[in-house]
Amino acid sequence: MPILSYREAIRAAMREEMKRDENVVIMGEEVAQFNGAYKVTEGLLKEFGPKRVIDTPISEAGFIGLGVGASMLGIRPVMELMFWSFSYVAFDQIVNNAGNIRYMSGGLINCPIVIRGPANGGTNVGATHSHTPEAMLAAHPGIKVVCPATPYDAKGLLKAAIRDNDPVYVMENTILYNDKGEVPDEDYIVPIGVADVKRAGTDLTIVAHGRAVITSLKAAEILEAEHGVSVEVVDLRSIRPLDEETILASVRKTHRVLLVEENKPFCGVDAQVAYIIQSKAFDELDAPIGRVSSIDAPQIYSKPLEDVQIPSPARVVEAALKVLA
Amino acid sequence: MSNRHLTTAVAKPTALTHPESLKNPAGPSAFAKDPANAGLTKADKVKLYTQMARIRHFEQRCIRTYQQGKIGGFLHLYVGQEAVAVGTLSVLGKNDHLITGYRDHGHALMVGMDMNSCMAELQGKATGCSKGKGGSMHYFAPDKNYWGGHGIVGGQAPLGTGIAYALKQKGLKGCCLVYMGDGAVNQGAVHEAYNLAALWDLPVIFIIENNGYSMGTSQERSTAHPGSLAKRAEGYGMDWDLVNGHDLYEVRAKTAVAVKRAHEKNRPTVLEIFTYRYFGHSMADPDKTYRDKEEIKGYREEKDPIKLWEKELLNEGVLTDALVASINEAAMEEANKAADFADASPYPTVESITQDIYWEEDNRGKDTTSRGTIIFE
Repeated sequence: MPILSYREAIRAAMREEMKRDENVVIMGEEVAQFNGAYKVTEGLLKEFGPKRVIDTPISEAGFIGLGVGASMLGIRPVMELMFWSFSYVAFDQIVNNAGNIRYMSGGLINCPIVIRGPANGGTNVGATHSHTPEAMLAAHPGIKVVCPATPYDAKGLLKAAIRDNDPVYVMENTILYNDKGEVPDEDYIVPIGVADVKRAGTDLTIVAHGRAVITSLKAAEILEAEHGVSVEVVDLRSIRPLDEETILASVRKTHRVLLVEENKPFCGVDAQVAYIIQSKAFDELDAPIGRVSSIDAPQIYSKPLEDVQIPSPARVVEAALKVLA
Repeated sequence: MSNRHLTTAVAKPTALTHPESLKNPAGPSAFAKDPANAGLTKADKVKLYTQMARIRHFEQRCIRTYQQGKIGGFLHLYVGQEAVAVGTLSVLGKNDHLITGYRDHGHALMVGMDMNSCMAELQGKATGCSKGKGGSMHYFAPDKNYWGGHGIVGGQAPLGTGIAYALKQKGLKGCCLVYMGDGAVNQGAVHEAYNLAALWDLPVIFIIENNGYSMGTSQERSTAHPGSLAKRAEGYGMDWDLVNGHDLYEVRAKTAVAVKRAHEKNRPTVLEIFTYRYFGHSMADPDKTYRDKEEIKGYREEKDPIKLWEKELLNEGVLTDALVASINEAAMEEANKAADFADASPYPTVESITQDIYWEEDNRGKDTTSRGTIIFE
């Protein structure tokens, strides 16, 4: 099976869907001539031309809103945000318009827009460029949010998102762009709302999404090698819809749970996951649910400290041992 | 050093800044023989009158229903502004679309949404045009090229620009009319939409329905440039024009020019249409602090767009007093029946609260792309 980087996998998803459906267009800042601020869209302008790969001005409220409007008429825009942090200046379009129009029209209008781009800290760029808004956006019914951790999932989820008839927000991670993995050549999608057991185990369940999955897998190796603990890692892949069944099945198997995410803790994704576990599998738990998030402060600039702020394998191991104690 | 923004902070009635030349000149319209109007038959002209009358009677019936406590939330009335929606929309063709803000009833009736479903929506009934899920500010009829009904000031401007983009992308010869109030021109989203429309040659017409007040704040207290709001188009290299919104012939004529520009050159236009609302910003506005009663009276008596059109058509021999009476009687009857229909309609079911959120969930099957829990307890 071919080995692709996370970046190449996303690009492959866009290429394949653009070939499959002429209504798919790409828009965003620097996506065309510049080949993408993170080179995700490299080569697409050359292949598909300026009618389908379109550079926008730095004008997120304008161009995201334009994409929402176009999607109501059947265009399938794949909008790149250079950072999801920039979505905050387009919040009305992303939430009020894309997220509400189907409901407010009594189901008459739908909005098949995809907005994608990186949403992560850990890159030494300070608080304004390091937001992880998946929980905040997923809090709005009408919106779907996915957070791929691997090249395979990145391609499959993006292809599903482009075919989906609702607004789907794909949150990538700049630190993962060079990660490599097996990605099949043939057409496939990863359905939105299906979690994936990335590592099977029997003593502890770690639930994570995005890059926290990679961190948790590293922690699981340490826990096995140094502490003889068998850890199961559940990758949510999708925040909304959420695969409750896979989470609960793993809890019933291991009876101990650690939740890991790169969000800040307050009202994070894991707050909802913890609620679901205690409400539907309370008797299965042998210990209180543990949790590792980013340290609750605006993202710090200083790199050595930012590395402490974001969950690391060492912090995950430490928290896991407490849940196992 | 003077700072007029500080010195004018105390609310007091201020005169409208509508240019004198655009306030209604009494007498026949200079635009009656305009190419956009030359082809109008007598029946067309009567229909335009009927459409304005229907909007007025619908809105007046809404006031009663609101006062009866049957309409909740916000209710922004279009009374006084009828010639804007009727005039602009009457020149559109089949590939032309529209989107507007929250003062959206007039446009809805003009594109052919029926009074029953519009009235039922205001009462939050299941038979409403949005099944009781949208309310006054959120009417939609995509089958009639009407894309809402939007509650956030100026938020519809990028959407309408996107509709125009989609038309161009699909190779359709059409345009999108984007309505907004005078208060919207200071929103960033509007300026971002202007820039994209001009930059990308999009067939969009931004229509500023300038009724003089953004809620309770007059134009002079809200907007830095003292001149016309449409003139800001020059900063984006767009054509613009000023329109007397009390003269239906003029509204049609100047809209037709902009539509032609959109169709033939894919170029945007900003039209500022001077108009006036007789009631408060919404029904929740007691309308006592920011404008004089005399000002309202002046508009009602001398510049009412329906009365002026009526006078125009009486002079042309198109309307008769008897026809005027019967049209108004029928419109009132239609509005009353709509209110009865809304009264008799059921509220939506509790189950419906969680429907119409996601297309993929309402249509789950083997071809849908989503699984898992999407509506949470």
